[in-house]
Amino acid sequence: MTSVAEEAGTQTEAPKPTPGVAKRASAWARRAPLLPALVFMIIVTQLPFVATLVISFMDWNAYYPDEVGFAGFDNFARVFTDVNMRDAVWTTILLTAGVVLISLVLGLGIALLLDRKFRGRGAVRTMMIAPFLVVPVAAALIWKHALYNPEYGLFNGALTWIWGLFGSDNPPQPDWISNMPLWAVIFSLVWQWTPFMMLILLAGLQGRPLDVIEAARIDGANNWQIFRSMTLPHLRQYLELGALLGSIYIVQNFDAVFTITSGGLGTANLPYTIYQIFYQAHDYGRASAAAVIVVIGTIIIATFALRTVSSLFKEEGRR
Amino acid sequence: MTAVAAPVNKKKEGRGGAWLSLLAWVIGILFVLPVLWMVLTSFHSEANAAQNPPAVFAPLTLEGYREFFSGGASPWPPLLNSLTASILSTAIVLLLAIPAAYALSIKPVKKWSDVLFFFLSTKMLPVVAGLLPLYLFAQNAGLLDNIWLLIIFYTSMNLPIAVWMMRSFLSEVPVEMLEAASVDGAGLTKTLRSVIAPVVMPGIAATALICFIFSWNELLFARVLTATVAETAPVFLTSFVTSQGLFLAQLCAAAFVVSLPVLVAGFAAQDKLVQGLSLGSVK
Repeated sequence: MTSVAEEAGTQTEAPKPTPGVAKRASAWARRAPLLPALVFMIIVTQLPFVATLVISFMDWNAYYPDEVGFAGFDNFARVFTDVNMRDAVWTTILLTAGVVLISLVLGLGIALLLDRKFRGRGAVRTMMIAPFLVVPVAAALIWKHALYNPEYGLFNGALTWIWGLFGSDNPPQPDWISNMPLWAVIFSLVWQWTPFMMLILLAGLQGRPLDVIEAARIDGANNWQIFRSMTLPHLRQYLELGALLGSIYIVQNFDAVFTITSGGLGTANLPYTIYQIFYQAHDYGRASAAAVIVVIGTIIIATFALRTVSSLFKEEGRR
Repeated sequence: MTAVAAPVNKKKEGRGGAWLSLLAWVIGILFVLPVLWMVLTSFHSEANAAQNPPAVFAPLTLEGYREFFSGGASPWPPLLNSLTASILSTAIVLLLAIPAAYALSIKPVKKWSDVLFFFLSTKMLPVVAGLLPLYLFAQNAGLLDNIWLLIIFYTSMNLPIAVWMMRSFLSEVPVEMLEAASVDGAGLTKTLRSVIAPVVMPGIAATALICFIFSWNELLFARVLTATVAETAPVFLTSFVTSQGLFLAQLCAAAFVVSLPVLVAGFAAQDKLVQGLSLGSVK
C-alpha cells in the first residue's frame, strides 16, 4: 500500500536520459494537473495513518490525561488478548463473508434472469436497484423497526395475515433480532448489496461473445453446459471484482451494526468495536493499535483486490 | 447498460421462459417491497402504521411528515448541512479529479498506472483507522462540529473514485480526434472545450452524482466529528434507533425524506452506476 505511494513520490526525481530544460519543463507541465489531487490525498489519508501508528505505541487515555507516555507493544498485547477483540474479528469475517457470498449468488441468479428479453425488463431492473439507493442508516432503521419488530413489523404482520387466511389466530411471532441478531444484520445488508452484485454481473453477462455461444448451441450444447463451460468462466473476473469491492465496503460496515443491534448480541464487528474503544472508552492507544491491526489485515485482502482490478485494467489495453 | 443497448439472447422461449419472466418480476417486487412499504407507511397514521396484520389500505395522511418536520428538533439544519457537505465536497472532488484524470489518460505522466493504483489503495484503508487522528486534529484546531472538516474528509473519501471514473471516461475520447485537433492547431482551451468536453460531460455528471450519494450517506465520521451545529441528516436519523412508542409513520417519513435525494441522484445516474461503482473497470 505505501510502497505504491513511495514509487509515486520518487518518480518525480526519475533520472532522464537527456535532461534538457525544455524537456523537463514539459514533464512538469504534464505533472502539474495531477499534483493538487496527489498532494491532497497524501496529506489527508497517509498522514493520519502515520499518526495512528505513532499513537498505537503510546499509553494514552483521554480520561487520564496525566498518564500519557510510551507504551511499547502493550496496546497490541492488550488487543490480542482481548476477548471482545477476538470476537469482533470473527464477527467481521462472518458478516463480510455471509453478505458477500449470499448477495453474489442472488445477484448472479437475478442477473441471469434479467439477461433475457421479457416484458417489463427495464422496470424489474429499476425495482432491483432501489434498495441500493436507500441511505444505509435509513435502510437499517426500516429493517429494524418496520420489518423485524415483533409486534408491528411487516414480517410478523405477514405471518399473521397468512395464518389468518387458513383460519388460524395463533401465528408464530418470532422476535427476529433477538433470535438471530447476526443474521438480522446480514439479511438487511444482503438486501442492499444484491443490486450492486447484480449490476456488475449483468454488465459482465452482456459482454459475452454471443456468436460463440450460438455456435455452441448449434453444436448441441444444452443450457447447463453453456453456463458451466462458457458463461461462468467468462463471469469469473466479474464475480471476483464484485466479491472484492463488496468486501472492501462491507468489512467497514458501521451503519447497520450500529443501528440494528447497537453492537449487542454478538454483532459488534471491528469498525464498531474500534469506535467503542475510542468514542466510549476514550482509550486512544488501544483504539489505534486495533486500527493498525485492521489495516494490516486489510492490506493482505487489498493486495488480492488490487491484483484483480489490475488484471481487468490490463485487458482494457493501454493508451 | 440500458435496455436499448443491451444485446439479449434471442432464442425462442416457450412456457419455461414465461415462468422465468414471472420469477424475475416476483424477485424484483420482493426487493422493492421494503422501499414501497416505507413510503406507504410514511403516509399512514401512527395507529394504523403499528397494526398487525398490516393495515395496507388504511386512509392516507401527512401526519408522519408533519410530526417529522415540526414535532421535535427541526430536521432542516441537518438536511441543509448534508446538502452543503455533499455539494461542496463533490465540487472540490471534481476540481481536483478532472485535471488529475487528464494527466493520467490524455497526456499521461510517467508511471501513471502506479499513481492510479495509489489512489485506489487509499480507498482500501479502513476509514476507522484515520478516525482518531482526524478527531484529535480537529479538537486541537478547534474544527470539531465544523462542516468544513466533513467537506475535507468527504473529498478525500471520494477523490479516488472520481479519479478512476474520470480516467475511464476520458480514455473514451478517441485519440484521432485529439490528433486532428492538434493538427488543426487548436490550443488547449479549444481542445478541452470542443473535443473533450462533449464526450465526457455525461461522465462528469455521473461522477458528481455518485460522489454526492457517498457523501450524503456517510455516518461514522459525521457522528464522531459533529455535534449540534454541523450535524448531518444520517446523524439526525440515529435519534430513531431506540424505539419511542408509536413512531413508525414518522420514522418512515424521515427515512424517505433523507433517502429521496439519493434515490433521485441514483436513478439519474442509473446507466453509469456500474461503471462508477466498479471504478471504471466494468463498462
